[in-house]
Amino acid sequence: MNILSGDPPRGRALQILLVLIIFALALAPFLFPGAKALNVAAKTCVMILLAASYDLLLGYAGIVSFAHVMFFGVGAYGVGLMLYALGASWGALVLGLVAAAVLSLALALAIGLFSLRVQSIFFAMVTLAVAYAFNVLASQLSWLTGGEDGRSFKVPEALQPGLRLVESEVFGVAITGKILTYYLVFAVVAVTFLVLLRVVNSPFGRVLQAIRENPFRAEALGYRTVFHRTLANCISALGATLAGALFALWLRYVGPDTALSFSIQVDVLVMVVVGGMGSLYGAIIGAALFVFAESYLRDVMAALSQAAANASVPLLPALFHPDRWLLWLGLAFVLAVYFAPSGIAGALKADEAKAE
Amino acid sequence: MSALDVGQALLRRRPEILPALTPLFVAFAAAPFIGSFSTFVTLTAAGLAMGMMIFTMASGLTLVFGMMDVLNFGHGAFIALGGYAASLVLLPLANWSSADSFSLNLAVFLLAAIAASLICGAFGWVFERLIVKPVYGQHLKQILATIGGAIIAEQLLYAVFSPAQIPVTLPKTFEGSFVFGEAAIEKFRVLATLVGFAVFLSEMLILNRTKIGLLIRAGVENREMVEALGYRVDRLFVAVFMAGSALAGLGGAVMALYRGQVHASMGSEFLVLCFIVIIIGGLGSVGGSFVASILVALIANYAGFLAPKLALVSNILAMVAVLLWRPRGLYPVSGR
Repeated sequence: MNILSGDPPRGRALQILLVLIIFALALAPFLFPGAKALNVAAKTCVMILLAASYDLLLGYAGIVSFAHVMFFGVGAYGVGLMLYALGASWGALVLGLVAAAVLSLALALAIGLFSLRVQSIFFAMVTLAVAYAFNVLASQLSWLTGGEDGRSFKVPEALQPGLRLVESEVFGVAITGKILTYYLVFAVVAVTFLVLLRVVNSPFGRVLQAIRENPFRAEALGYRTVFHRTLANCISALGATLAGALFALWLRYVGPDTALSFSIQVDVLVMVVVGGMGSLYGAIIGAALFVFAESYLRDVMAALSQAAANASVPLLPALFHPDRWLLWLGLAFVLAVYFAPSGIAGALKADEAKAE
Repeated sequence: MSALDVGQALLRRRPEILPALTPLFVAFAAAPFIGSFSTFVTLTAAGLAMGMMIFTMASGLTLVFGMMDVLNFGHGAFIALGGYAASLVLLPLANWSSADSFSLNLAVFLLAAIAASLICGAFGWVFERLIVKPVYGQHLKQILATIGGAIIAEQLLYAVFSPAQIPVTLPKTFEGSFVFGEAAIEKFRVLATLVGFAVFLSEMLILNRTKIGLLIRAGVENREMVEALGYRVDRLFVAVFMAGSALAGLGGAVMALYRGQVHASMGSEFLVLCFIVIIIGGLGSVGGSFVASILVALIANYAGFLAPKLALVSNILAMVAVLLWRPRGLYPVSGR
């Protein structure tokens, strides 16, 4: 299993779940026709990359960062604004991606060198402040970013939804540029995920875990902890930048709500913790579960809220209001922190270990 | 004591005063650029009042961190809760606010402030028991658990008080401004400054001059020893957490009145500001956060007047500048 860097998912239940998710994502355009389903699938792919790159920091290095969504935003804005300014071409896309990656690296390096020397708590606060300032800047510099409205832009011709790649339909589905975009997103996410898996299973990844467990001991063994942490921060930032670029490409729009809002940061945190810290496969499960819940839990909750309102129970209708779905995920989040620090992935693994 | 020792002692003492003077330096440095004296007075007074409001909110956070080594990301939720609690008093007693009587106006303000503090203190106890207690001493889990608590609390606020903004009106006495020549100082800002000063003085007095303060400080230094002497340190610490939450509520109530509206999103908005302030002040230092609040608010006000675009990031720039000068904040707390 070289492609998985010698770290395949352990546990039968975990394997089955992962295969199901990946199978569903790979064949999403054919299995679930319709614009909404495809949107959910694409968002899941992007969030898997975002959560996996965050897990490198949170789960493997034990660092809490609140700037992950900032790097996501840098990627989205980089690609979006470059395509907006230079017109729809592959050159502009690549240029935007490179510019975003350079900016992300510079920011990650600066934040890392500045604040990773001290406690993790300090880093958490500094990243929160920096991300907040970046968000304000992006929404205020409207001559550049389009302000609160954001920017809609055209993507290269091959990715435009109007394009028909093949005249006839394949399995009853018209192959449009949208589907091509989806597979571009899927392929990039898959490759980057495997790269991240390689990183966490490399000697570098082991050192990160050692630092997480006992920073003093790791330092005493001769590892430069600041260097390792900063490098992890940079790699994680690049992953988030790529995810942001893909998301902008998929939406053909970039704005503060979809790319920089602090709620995305909270979402990613929930995904990683509920899915399982310290296991990249947990990121897949967490992201899939989260996006699915975000898209479909609302319908269930609307029904529940209606039922509670009909039975005239006080407060329950408000608690089950479709906009309150984050309340229930927040509850799951806290319970996961207390009782299942390794999340769903860890729980499935543990069950298997017990059974053997 | 030899002359050398005295010299060293002086050297050690000197930096203790310098950080406290930074707001003054900033004010003097900004004055020539602003030009008009009355504008300068207006900006400075407004900045001072804003600083005191920020301090009221941030001091609870730094107190809890300094005493209990808990960084409470749920602090913002208490700020918002304080605003809502104040609105619970202000809305039914709206005719007290609109009455043309100073005593009724002051009474409704004090009632709102007390209600906000009490309600937030009570919920602080719940929060400490449910969210924080299981994860004492584990920083990573603490951050995660308190964030989870903050998510739940914010969603609950939306569910209970509806997601719409709730408008609150200032009591009539505190509307308008005092005018000195060309300079205008809003009346409510004077009140907010008084509240902030009262909070600062009582915190300093309680911590440094009372037995409870002594026990708390001793409990931080050596918990087991204080417990061995027969004191229930865990109860003391719960009380500290409740006090921190109550302060957040008080600050939230004042801020809600100042803005004229309450919304749950004000929690996360001011949480960021509180973090910047306590980082600048030195994590865990009450005095440091007092100086830092004034510093941040003054810089924001001057920057807003001189270069409005710069004001958006002035907080961050101030933080970076201070940390480059003193990496552990203005008043570093030993052992943290």
